[in-house]
Amino acid sequence: MSALVNVVRSMFLLELLSGMGLTFRYMFRPRKTLNYPHEKGPLSPRFRGEHALRRYPNGEERCIACKLCEAVCPALAITIESEPRDDGSRRTTRYDIDMTKCIYCGLCQEACPVDAIVEGPNFEFATETREELYYDKNKLMANGDRWEAEIAANLAADAKYR
Amino acid sequence: MLIQFIAFYVFAAVCVGSALMVIAARNPVHSVLFLILTFFNAAGIFVLAGAEFLAMTLVIVYVGAVAVLFLFVVMMLDINFVRLRQGFMQYLPIGATVGALLLVELLLVIGIVVDSPDAGGLGGAPMPPVERQSNTHALGALLYTRYMYLFQAAGMVLLVAMIGAIVLTYRVRTGVRKQSIAAQVGRHRADAVEMKKVATGTGVTL
Amino acid sequence: MGEFWSGYAIPGIWIVTKILALLIPLLLSVAYLTWFERKVMAAMQLRMGPNVVGPWGLWQPFADAIKMVVKETIIPTKANPGVFLLAPMLTFGLAVIAWAVMPVGDGLVISNLNVGVLYLFAISSLGVYGVVMAGWASNSRYAFLGALRSAAQMVSYEVSMGFVIISVLLCVGSLNLSDIVRAQETVWFVFPLLPMAVVFFISALAETNRHPFDLPEAESELVAGHLVEYSAMTFGLFFLGEYANMILMSGMTTVLFLGGWLPPIDIAPFNWIPGPIWFALKIAALLFVFVWVRATFPRYRYDQLMRLGWKVFLPLSLLWVVLTAGVLVAFGWAPGA
Repeated sequence: MSALVNVVRSMFLLELLSGMGLTFRYMFRPRKTLNYPHEKGPLSPRFRGEHALRRYPNGEERCIACKLCEAVCPALAITIESEPRDDGSRRTTRYDIDMTKCIYCGLCQEACPVDAIVEGPNFEFATETREELYYDKNKLMANGDRWEAEIAANLAADAKYR
Repeated sequence: MLIQFIAFYVFAAVCVGSALMVIAARNPVHSVLFLILTFFNAAGIFVLAGAEFLAMTLVIVYVGAVAVLFLFVVMMLDINFVRLRQGFMQYLPIGATVGALLLVELLLVIGIVVDSPDAGGLGGAPMPPVERQSNTHALGALLYTRYMYLFQAAGMVLLVAMIGAIVLTYRVRTGVRKQSIAAQVGRHRADAVEMKKVATGTGVTL
Repeated sequence: MGEFWSGYAIPGIWIVTKILALLIPLLLSVAYLTWFERKVMAAMQLRMGPNVVGPWGLWQPFADAIKMVVKETIIPTKANPGVFLLAPMLTFGLAVIAWAVMPVGDGLVISNLNVGVLYLFAISSLGVYGVVMAGWASNSRYAFLGALRSAAQMVSYEVSMGFVIISVLLCVGSLNLSDIVRAQETVWFVFPLLPMAVVFFISALAETNRHPFDLPEAESELVAGHLVEYSAMTFGLFFLGEYANMILMSGMTTVLFLGGWLPPIDIAPFNWIPGPIWFALKIAALLFVFVWVRATFPRYRYDQLMRLGWKVFLPLSLLWVVLTAGVLVAFGWAPGA
């Protein structure tokens, strides 16, 4: 009996029709996708995006050229050179990140004792040439100035879990 | 009339030219493609002669099916034409004789047509005027009444040829696992899946 | 000179006008079929589809067209350039010339050929050459395998399609497409011949290499089959040809089974709408089914495809031809008897 039912079902393409009915119903469901450039998904405060070098509120740069980030970087993307500044404090003269090498693991910001290098919330920094992805100190400082508000908020939100 | 005139000569010229290219082309795939062009232009000439049913059948059967299989085979085989041409001189006498015979026969046919233009129609069935009956109807009426037995016999010959080809190439292979769709579709969850409660650390025997 | 004008020039211009009147809407609908397909598929998969270029992405087809025209046509070194370039032209040309006999309305046909069905069938059976030539000329394994699959597939499904057409012709008694439509004034053939209509539509899917029979260009195994080596406008012509073929097959199904330009019921509000609009609406509905099927079913395996064609459709359609002929003779309904 059930074999007969099966034969009838396949003869009249009932399985196929029920499948098509399913897709037809789905056509009127609300969309699940985000209309990306116009709508964006929420980001975690721990999101690891484009790097930035931060400053203290008084405008002094945070980085003290301890080179812990350079040492910890598994992709060897960071290059730092340093020498004493006129006031005797040790500062970087060169802080380069090769963004094409970077794997966005976040170890640099974990290693930093002064929260100078951080990975900000920005992920839309695609460029047309590779050269533009070799970030130098000026670019990183500029990023820090641009994203400071968001970065500070993220750090504050994440602070209680550290 | 002028358009038909031009069309006829274009079709005829391309037909003859591509027929020549079939045997002249170095690449066998090109030969088959030229063969298709020949068929196509022959169909065009049929249309001009008012035999549109024959023209369409020619395209469907020869171009749509036979030549596809030709092309299929020729593409799959890697024919070495240099080796094929090696025995050219050896076969030349036989080829030349056959060619000459064909030429003489063709000339005879042309001679008969020139001598008595109505000779071709004497043995055949009378063709009804085109206005009254389309040539599809005319062909059908003739094939299924007067030539019924011959038509069926031709079908039989083709059937025998097909069965022969299948018998010659068929071989029973053992150990082939074939899909049985009926068995697959007829399966039920109850036959295939058994639920078992397994106590921790004891395992289960299947 | 007067004879030249009345005999050749004016009929010539008239024919060209008729061709353009058919061709321009056809090409526009091919362009918008791609947009429609992407939108419908997106809706069924809970996505957005193209929505950036113009309102609801309506200019997307033109953006695609411009992209295809301005990109570089690459001919592989080892390809056979003549055949390689001929293949897309053939595919597109065949898809377009088949429309010469398609009756879009009562008397609205470029060439009212009295073997119209055979002409359509012949042209659609030639479609395989574009694919086979492309596969061979590309000199690439993927393309070649795609071409072989396509050749076998199209030849197989043509057989059952032929039988389906025969069973329709038995009910009509004419090979003229306009006569076929007129024969459906009382009832569309889709009702008495429903199984044949389904077989025809599924064969049409196979004939146009559409899902679930798109084995010649199966992305997951053959990359893109015969399209692998094609780029820019050569690819564009294949693409246009494929979509024009979809419209053609829908048109054929409409003429054979859905009563062509006839309204569903011959009463007041329906028969005010002109025939070509009904024809277009029916084609659009069938094209929606094409897309719907694509969004629903997974691809067939090759042996299953061949099994379906030869072991299911061929016996079924053959049986139905015998049955139709028997019923027509038994009840004395045979046309022209």
